[in-house]
Amino acid sequence: MGSLDYFVQQTMNAFSLGSIYALVAIGLAMVFGILRLINFAHGDLMMVACYIAFFLTTTGLSFIPVLVIAILATTVLGILMERVAYRPVRGAPDVIMLLTSLAVSMFIENVFIMFLSPVPRTFRGVTPKVLDIVNHWGPVNISNINLITIGITAVLFGFLYFFVKRTQLGISMRATSEDLMAAQLVGINIDRVIVTAFILGSSLAGIAGILWAARLGKIDPLMGFIPLLKAFVAAVIGGFGDLAGAVLGAYVLGFAEIFLIGFLPPALSSYRDAFVFLILIIVLLIRPNGILGSTEKEKV
Amino acid sequence: MTQTKKSPTNIQNWITPLFLIISSLLVVTGIKLYAPYNPYVERVIVVLGINIILVVALNLSNGYTGVFSLGHVGFMAIGAYVSSILSLAIETKATNLPDLPAWLAHVQLGFIPSLLIAGFLAAIIAFLIGIPLMRLSGHYVSVATLGFLVIVHIVLINWTQFTRGARTFSGVIQYTNIWWVYFWIVLTIYLVWRIVHSPYGRALIAVREDSIAAQSMGINILRSRLLAFVISAFLTAIGGGLMAHYLTSFSPATFYFTATFNYIIMLVVGGLGSISGSILGTTLVTFLSEILRNAELGMQIGHLKIPAVYGLSQIILSISFVLIVILRRKGLMGDREIDFTWLKRVFPNSPQT
Repeated sequence: MGSLDYFVQQTMNAFSLGSIYALVAIGLAMVFGILRLINFAHGDLMMVACYIAFFLTTTGLSFIPVLVIAILATTVLGILMERVAYRPVRGAPDVIMLLTSLAVSMFIENVFIMFLSPVPRTFRGVTPKVLDIVNHWGPVNISNINLITIGITAVLFGFLYFFVKRTQLGISMRATSEDLMAAQLVGINIDRVIVTAFILGSSLAGIAGILWAARLGKIDPLMGFIPLLKAFVAAVIGGFGDLAGAVLGAYVLGFAEIFLIGFLPPALSSYRDAFVFLILIIVLLIRPNGILGSTEKEKV
Repeated sequence: MTQTKKSPTNIQNWITPLFLIISSLLVVTGIKLYAPYNPYVERVIVVLGINIILVVALNLSNGYTGVFSLGHVGFMAIGAYVSSILSLAIETKATNLPDLPAWLAHVQLGFIPSLLIAGFLAAIIAFLIGIPLMRLSGHYVSVATLGFLVIVHIVLINWTQFTRGARTFSGVIQYTNIWWVYFWIVLTIYLVWRIVHSPYGRALIAVREDSIAAQSMGINILRSRLLAFVISAFLTAIGGGLMAHYLTSFSPATFYFTATFNYIIMLVVGGLGSISGSILGTTLVTFLSEILRNAELGMQIGHLKIPAVYGLSQIILSISFVLIVILRRKGLMGDREIDFTWLKRVFPNSPQT
């Protein structure tokens, strides 16, 4: 394989990985933009979607209804989370909201550990076989799952872009994330906006979860942690709260990760995730508000 | 903070810390007297003592500076591993860590030098990562310190030459006993109390409450936060070293997300910015999780057999944490300390300030 083919191959892999990070990071950034809440339980939504899909498949349903039900159920869980845990602490100091979400995450993970055991389960039977087929385009090998990940993400971005820019609800969402108090003053229903953000965020997380599990082929109650951390990094690199920034950050991260594996000597490649966080710290050192983040000066 | 804090009188200045030190020692000693020869009780109280050290140290950084670090357990891990590698018997090193470089393989240090070296190493690392991190505001610093924790974890798992990787690090000599824990509790509480009530501590609190106003008064934000972070990392590493030399075997998983979450619960339940609160919160949560851990293993009540349920303790801890945060947002003590000014009203002839 020539070096150009290698490059094309790795670029596709990076796009696919970055797409999953982007799906997770958008949900994080949307909720953060409005509530200033870093939702640690966001990764667990991915996990929940996978487990629901897993158990529905064992009842003999086919893939498409399984997918739809799993994503709907995840969305319901997201709404529930907001209603039960985050609404009562709304307006509390940032740290308190962050810790609440940490507790919600611990709760969900341990409920799954308690009832379903921490042992990983195979996800191979859930996704249809056609996803695992690898296409040989000349010297470049691309599996269907990678193509579908990139495709689904592009379609969802289009939808989301239209929603945020053109619809009434999307516009009130942007207004709220700009200035919550002023949005309330002009008559925007904040609760509705926040619930919408959670609905969008958790359905994206559900989709991302199933794509992630289809890549790895197994699921376990703590599977959401690593993609969540990566999405944090992506969102922070892009400038937290900014949707375009989150997507940009996710792809930067996907590329950095894939090409780090390519360039690092094999002895160091298991340190990959450590380098990812090193990149985060370096970006924050140079641009404390992320790449696209505005340097908003605090007013006295 | 809208109301100005009553400036503590001289008498309070030493009575409250003295009370805190004595009461935390008494909690620990009381249980020991209650069950003098029970190794299980001994274990619980030593762990409680170490937890008090860790949470008071965590409070110095997270409670008083307003920079909420999620990465302190990383310093704990550094303290545990570095001190254990230094104090490991040379024969144990030959079998457990055969690939150590020669300069380490033939060295066996005593307990205190190992602890101190580990502490200073953690402090240097805290200084280096603190320079970029302490500039950041609230959320960014939490995510970035979490990143630090992940980096430490990955390095511990992969640096098998020094750490045995993900496998259990064992054979550490059990140096830590209740007297060493007493010593470090006294030192930690005294040190943190003096720092917080010094002019430097007041500057820290000023930065936490309103960084712009503090800056306009000539306080160097980065410097004040950095110093608190470094001292806190030092004490946390000492706590980690004490823990390592008590448990004698541990793995990278001992110092990861669950531990982070538990120490944060202890801190927030007690109240951010209150040393009394840290001690109270740590005591409550340590006992609660100990009880829950036993319940988790399953038990036999009469004819009723309760099966083992793993994960139960974390579930109950997280629910109670959310409830406390919703119902009593500032924790049990808020940012107040146990107050002894009433002594002056009761004994009006006591020495005045």
